[in-house]
Amino acid sequence: MSQAEQLQVPPAEFQSYYGRPILKVSRWKEPHLPGYLFLGELSGALAVVGAVANATGRRSLARTARLAAATSAYAGGAALAIELGRPERFLHMLRVAKPTSPMSMGSWILAAHSALTSAAAVSEVTGRLTRLGSAAGAASAVTGPLLAAYPAVLLADTAVPAWHAAHRELPLLFVGGAMTAAGAAGLAASAVSRDRSDFGAAYRLAMIGSAVEGLGGYGLESMPGLVGEPYRSGSAGQLMATARYLTVGGGVAALAARRSRVAAAAAAALLTGGGICAKFAVLRAGKASAADPKYVVASQRPTASPGG
Amino acid sequence: MTTSGNSLYGRLDDVSADAGYVTHPQRVGFFTDTSVCIGCKACEVACKEWNGLPEPDADVLALTGMSYDNTGALGASTWRHVAFIEQDVISEITDGAATRWLMASDVCKHCTHAACLDVCPTGALVRTEFGSVVVQADVCNGCAYCVSACPFGVIDRREDDGRAWKCTMCYDRLRGGLEPACAKACPTDSIQFGPLDELRETAQTRLAELHAAGRPEARLYGADPDDGIGGSGAFFLLLDEPEVYGLPPDPVVTTKDLPSMWRWAGASAALLAAGVAVAFAGRRR
Repeated sequence: MSQAEQLQVPPAEFQSYYGRPILKVSRWKEPHLPGYLFLGELSGALAVVGAVANATGRRSLARTARLAAATSAYAGGAALAIELGRPERFLHMLRVAKPTSPMSMGSWILAAHSALTSAAAVSEVTGRLTRLGSAAGAASAVTGPLLAAYPAVLLADTAVPAWHAAHRELPLLFVGGAMTAAGAAGLAASAVSRDRSDFGAAYRLAMIGSAVEGLGGYGLESMPGLVGEPYRSGSAGQLMATARYLTVGGGVAALAARRSRVAAAAAAALLTGGGICAKFAVLRAGKASAADPKYVVASQRPTASPGG
Repeated sequence: MTTSGNSLYGRLDDVSADAGYVTHPQRVGFFTDTSVCIGCKACEVACKEWNGLPEPDADVLALTGMSYDNTGALGASTWRHVAFIEQDVISEITDGAATRWLMASDVCKHCTHAACLDVCPTGALVRTEFGSVVVQADVCNGCAYCVSACPFGVIDRREDDGRAWKCTMCYDRLRGGLEPACAKACPTDSIQFGPLDELRETAQTRLAELHAAGRPEARLYGADPDDGIGGSGAFFLLLDEPEVYGLPPDPVVTTKDLPSMWRWAGASAALLAAGVAVAFAGRRR
């Protein structure tokens, strides 16, 4: 990394107003926003798992996935609500449907997803209206992936250089994280459950997810020059690196998870930890990117010499 | 998605009609000519007085060490902010070392393509009949999306109140046929208020005057309807690079790239569904 930086043109001296930020640093908080990102993507992937499991006759897995998908959707929604400056006005999110606002679209996706996953879960628990429950579960396999992916648009549709430039990398990180998280949940279940018949699917899902998530993370860290710098430096950079180590470690542990329940539990914990770290890293990178005016000036004047 | 026409990006000559007003008054705005600003901060005071703004979250009596600027920046409770820049120059009179003092009163730009308005999920931010952008305090739920969307770092959330606030261009005064408080209070006419078309002509004339008087560094900022935000409702005459005043050099409304963002997210969502299907396609165990 440092070598690559030295190969570039010497860093320009940027003019600024007493070094003060040009942008306002995001008001989004820890752990609310990263928590929401993680829970939302987990719910999204679990909904797809539940639908596929139900369609392929894996009744036990379908039941677990449906209940977990509904629970994580509500937990994510709660994290969103308490993040608001006026939580009692949470339902104002559904006052309009506004295509230019990713948060409006996301609120409707979350509302639909919560309703569908709840219907599937309630039908599962009560054993009533199973056809309707299955239909709702199948529909949640459409809202789920959207719920996992839309936050990438939410973050990219801002003036924050490190987020705006990442509209290709962020969705990969999030849907990869979604698959990893759901796969890790399956590995965790296989560590404690007597029935390990779904181990293979969980293992493959975790591996596919880690690869996609790793690709997204690598993409963020390799964004050239100053626009990608916040993902490589400071606490965001440390968290990105930690996420990478945890995900790789989890993948290695997963290799042994078929024979060892301990390895399965370790893999689940490491993969989940990696996904959560990456979400914190993304928020912190955005804040760092907004806090230093050089990132804004560089993104708007890539070729101009300092001072114009 | 409303990506057609000029709604998200590009030149837009009638912003109020685009927002749905069938009949509406002329678009109005501010032309802030910083070359005649004397740094009196009457605009800041008049704004605070008229709008009844509370103390900012930061300590109001703290000294910043930034020349005569102890206000710091625009914010939820600071809707006009006078910047003070001291520069070392060679005096034109004595040929010796001298200080050039730049002063500029910053304000919400009331963009033609306003990212804050685009991203607001509740409809709290609206375009007024005058072409300005206003937050409806009874609707805002404090999601803070606008805070990260604004390319100028203008709008912010008041943490004790939980809602987002910014300059309204004195919407109440405009409704009553009055000019905004800051423009009314400005003693040198550095802040001029009026129909945007007329202000742009005035600004061109003033720019030509300054260039003719040997001030090649004078430039207009935000006056071009073809720029990244479709031109601003509040534009400026500056005497140095925008970033020297804490302004972004060439802002582009983030929503311009929204269709592309959704395409990548949509493809990724499909990837997620495919990934799960592949994971379950193999044999059990």
